[in-house]
Amino acid sequence: MSDHALAATPPRLHVERWNPLSAAFTGALVVTVGVLAFAPELFSQGTLDNLIQLYFLVMLAIMWNALAGYGGLVSVGQQAFIGIGAYAVVYLSVQHSLNPYLAMLLAALIGGAISIPIAAIVLWLRGGAFAIGMWVVAEVVAILVSLDASLGGGTGTSAVLAFNLRYTPEQRLRNTYWFALAAAAALLVVLFLLLRSRLGASLQAIRDDEEAAASVGVRVLLGKGVLFVLAGAGCAAAGAVIVAWQLSILPLGPDSIFGINWSADMIFMVLVGGLGTFEGPIIGAVILYLLDTYLSSRMGIWYLVMLGGVAIGVALFFPRGIWGTIQERLSVRLLPVGYRLRERSGG
Amino acid sequence: MSWVDAVVHGILLGGVYALLATGLSLMFGVMRIINLAHGSLALVGAYMTFLVVEHAGGSTYVAMLPVLAGALVVGYALQRTVLERSLRGGELVPLLTTFGLLIVIANLLQKFFSPDVRGLASGGIGTANWSVGGGLTIAWFDVLVLVIAVGVLTGLHLLLRRTQLGRELRATAADADTAELLGVNSRAVYARATAIAVATAALAGVFFAMRSNFDPTTGPTQLIYAFEAVVIGGVGSLWGTLVGGIVLGVAQTVGAQIDVQYFALAGHVVFLAVLTCRAMLQAGGLRVLGRLAA
Repeated sequence: MSDHALAATPPRLHVERWNPLSAAFTGALVVTVGVLAFAPELFSQGTLDNLIQLYFLVMLAIMWNALAGYGGLVSVGQQAFIGIGAYAVVYLSVQHSLNPYLAMLLAALIGGAISIPIAAIVLWLRGGAFAIGMWVVAEVVAILVSLDASLGGGTGTSAVLAFNLRYTPEQRLRNTYWFALAAAAALLVVLFLLLRSRLGASLQAIRDDEEAAASVGVRVLLGKGVLFVLAGAGCAAAGAVIVAWQLSILPLGPDSIFGINWSADMIFMVLVGGLGTFEGPIIGAVILYLLDTYLSSRMGIWYLVMLGGVAIGVALFFPRGIWGTIQERLSVRLLPVGYRLRERSGG
Repeated sequence: MSWVDAVVHGILLGGVYALLATGLSLMFGVMRIINLAHGSLALVGAYMTFLVVEHAGGSTYVAMLPVLAGALVVGYALQRTVLERSLRGGELVPLLTTFGLLIVIANLLQKFFSPDVRGLASGGIGTANWSVGGGLTIAWFDVLVLVIAVGVLTGLHLLLRRTQLGRELRATAADADTAELLGVNSRAVYARATAIAVATAALAGVFFAMRSNFDPTTGPTQLIYAFEAVVIGGVGSLWGTLVGGIVLGVAQTVGAQIDVQYFALAGHVVFLAVLTCRAMLQAGGLRVLGRLAA
């Protein structure tokens, strides 16, 4: 905001970024992550296993929200990067005997690197064309992987060897837990800083009106490109966690590592939590995790019918999602990524 | 000789994709939305025809008639309930709701019809072949599908050019608000467009099911092919859709001629190549504009 705009502001108003509530909450979140780091000392193995699932869901949700909620890019093909991350781990750790956790770190970088040439092809597309264009990309990557016999072909592959050679199952669980927690926290921090930067303001301008943003000098493609590469790296990191968590993966079919069901999960989490809010996707991830843990085995196929149905209902009747609605009603912001104009209570 | 074979079969296969892509193209042209559930709705048409044949017996060609009538109603209702509200929510909401619909339909079909692979009988013409000579044989059924695709496209072209509904559709597509001012009820126009689009989808689904086997996961695959046909042919152009379908079909059959596993991949690669060319042209165009401005 320029000095001129500030000078025009009536004296009773001031621009606020942090307030006591958001400072307290952000502090509490940092402390929570710190406490969660000690979870392997406190909780059972089953709980750790569940928490890993929650963490990769959070990663997927915030990455999909970064694309759709801030870049206006609805992708139904982010599973391309989930699969790339998972297969990169297998390729590096099983075939090239790298330490699997180093391989997981590299997998995220590979996901980011591969997303650059893909961005050059698909970022020209708008709306639905981008959505299906990304789906085609995911199909192409899945077919290429399934044609490669050294990666297990169509019958899939497993990372179990790489982990078992170096770690006991308990060690694997603890290390994977820490990796997943660190990766989720790192993605949250990167996105938080990105959205608070100058680029973050331009991203929200792009989401609200692409033409208008371009006309006032916002570099639309650059903003979208940064988000796309971040989402590529983030989804690949999530895929790396997924392969370390479930150990064996398949390339083809809706349930596979390249499957369309991941997109259904991501859209559900972000819509229910609140599209375009920073906190919403985390809430959505917790909800999906609870549904998946307590309902999916009991409901069978109806579970996915319900996910799709709820997503339609929320998009139509409740478009701000849970957190967007809370924000609107109570005017609270727990993680300050924007600025707010407030009336000064005192002088 | 087998290469000529592949190209001829690819051209005929293009008819299947063009038939499915027509509705997608129509909805995009009129409402600027891409219905991600389009392939799934086509598949529902195939499954409903399957049900009619199973319970009432008779030929698939007769059984599809009530299904097509039903599809008109379903399309109209879909627009008035889900899509109309989605359109009011902005550019992204129709994508989210139609994707939700795709997931719901795929899993409901799996629930009620099991993941088993099924087929629809195509009658005498389904097995009749025409020996052109030189080892090249053409299935009459494939010719029939291409003829129907051309027929549907011609019908739609005439509808858009010659009828009152067509004029209203074109006016609404060009500028919905101004059309409203001139007395066009854009909501009714949209609902009719979707009804036509879903009926053509069901028609495409039935013919696809007579040509090859289908299962609950077929819908999304067909959606991707139809969309590729639309993009290759040029978005918003009905006859371009036919050309796009044929290019996609030829790419797939020629790819399969090299290695059967390359069937889908070859089509995707041509699609991505077309996108890349457009992106480069656009980037080149921007650079030229920048130089002119400087």
